[in-house]
Amino acid sequence: MSLVVDIRHQQGAFTLQARFESHGHLTALFGRSGAGKTTLVNAISGLLAPREGRIVVDGQVLFDADEGIAVPPHRRRIGYVFQEGRLFPHLSVRQNLLFGRWFTPRERRAASFDDVVAMLGIDHLTERRPATLSGGEKQRVAIGRALLADPQLLLMDEPLASLDDERKAEIYPYIERLRDAGRVPIVYVTHSVAEIARLSTSIVLLSEGRVTAAGPSAELLRDAKLFPQFGAAEAGAVVDARVASQDDRYDLTLLEVRAGTLTVPRLARVIGAALRIRVRARDVILSIRPPTGLSALNVLPGRIIAVDTGTGPSADVTVDCAGDRIVARLTRKSVHEMALRPGLAVHAIIKGIAFEGDAAGAPPA
Amino acid sequence: MIQGLSAEEWAAVGISLKVAVTAMLVSLLPGLVIAVALERGRFWGRQALDILVHLPLVLPPVVVGYLLLLGFGRKGPIGAFLADHLGIVLSFRWTGAALACAIMGFPLLVRAIRLSLDSVDRKLEDAAGTLGANPAWVFVCVTLPLILPGIFAGMVLSFAKAMGEFGATITFVSNIPGETQTLPSAIYTFTQIPGGESGALRLTLISLLISVSALAVSEWMARRVRQRLSAR
Repeated sequence: MSLVVDIRHQQGAFTLQARFESHGHLTALFGRSGAGKTTLVNAISGLLAPREGRIVVDGQVLFDADEGIAVPPHRRRIGYVFQEGRLFPHLSVRQNLLFGRWFTPRERRAASFDDVVAMLGIDHLTERRPATLSGGEKQRVAIGRALLADPQLLLMDEPLASLDDERKAEIYPYIERLRDAGRVPIVYVTHSVAEIARLSTSIVLLSEGRVTAAGPSAELLRDAKLFPQFGAAEAGAVVDARVASQDDRYDLTLLEVRAGTLTVPRLARVIGAALRIRVRARDVILSIRPPTGLSALNVLPGRIIAVDTGTGPSADVTVDCAGDRIVARLTRKSVHEMALRPGLAVHAIIKGIAFEGDAAGAPPA
Repeated sequence: MIQGLSAEEWAAVGISLKVAVTAMLVSLLPGLVIAVALERGRFWGRQALDILVHLPLVLPPVVVGYLLLLGFGRKGPIGAFLADHLGIVLSFRWTGAALACAIMGFPLLVRAIRLSLDSVDRKLEDAAGTLGANPAWVFVCVTLPLILPGIFAGMVLSFAKAMGEFGATITFVSNIPGETQTLPSAIYTFTQIPGGESGALRLTLISLLISVSALAVSEWMARRVRQRLSAR
């Protein structure tokens, strides 16, 4: 699948000027609220006509202002999962799920009702009314409804934003399954770093109506220059790891990364399982000498490859640990006093807590 | 009491019901179309149409009846055309009473449907569009079921207005027993003759009974729709 977007749109004082291409399984549109994410997906779906530009999905021109092409939403075959579900209240869950099918020609119906319902775990809900479903159930039905219309592209606009953490955790696996099945490419709008770290294969960064960066997730998440955009508290590097062993005595899991082993609170994964972990920059400190007498368990040797000092009190130092890039957020003062510079050998000390919660998501297949 | 009704009084009840049901059914489709046009449409003359639809609400009923007489009477331009080409005569017939009642109730019907259209979540219609439904199907599959309570409410208002319409009806089709004498005109006639009080009272009670029943039926239907939307 390929998605080419190059549009300009004016809405009051807000100007959206976005241009990107994506080939990923799950492309995350990331940005703060008001960055223009929803305007962008509405333009892709056809619910909004931009002033200028082009939108092409898999070589099919859906919109071209110069050529006067604007395929109406119902002919675009683009599924849309909205933030608030938008299930039809007058129809049962089954009728909601099959709604798109009424308008899909028989020969194009590929998604199987039973498969989709089983994958989303909603088979026991089909005879209910939407009003009786929980928030998480509603979103799963909304995803199923979009899939059963056999879309060529699936848009998801912050589908988890209105849910609490428990409900989010309930839906993540379904979206991962969907992404890894790879049948329908997904464009996923979010302002949560946890979600992009866990779900995305590529990222488009939006800020104030403009695309500031785009590319494969692993690269973007490691790029310290982009950290301010991910939000200071959440920024961090993404590292691929493998479960090496389980320590039953202390309830810990040992993870193998390129530069050594990391010890984290027990993860319910089998030995050998690959996973992607996120190391937040604020959870990393640097030492010139190998540290001793320290409570932190995780120390990785490496070499500084970049020092980013902004105008504020903090600086981001990128360390290459045998191929994995770890970023540490230090004060500018420390950078100066320790004389940190590219090429210097250092030890990255990572507080074990950084691996907890949904930072430990499965990597894309 | 009911046994005490004379043939003429029964006829008035029958005519009133016939007129009201006809007025309600005939105005339903145009009412729906005009409500959608006024609520959703952007066209030249929308404001003028809005005023025209609302006129019966603010004009004296006698004026509406007289205008109908001018337009739809045997010698009126529309009335003459209908009589000569389609054989339809409205003046001094019960069908004329139905037309007068339909027009008087029309703004109420349109307003009720517009109100419910206004409360429909347009986002649901957008969602239906992304699932492949073209605008016509979106209207049939999503909008129409969601405005059903408003349509029911409008129908009841139109029916009730027709049951009580007096001024426009008596001006346009007069007060002919057995043909155009509706319940209100029969009651009025009773009050004009000495010793007619008991007849007027009988018909008043019947009128009350019909109106309350109509209201009860509409409440029941509205509740059923609400239950369908919220319950399992």
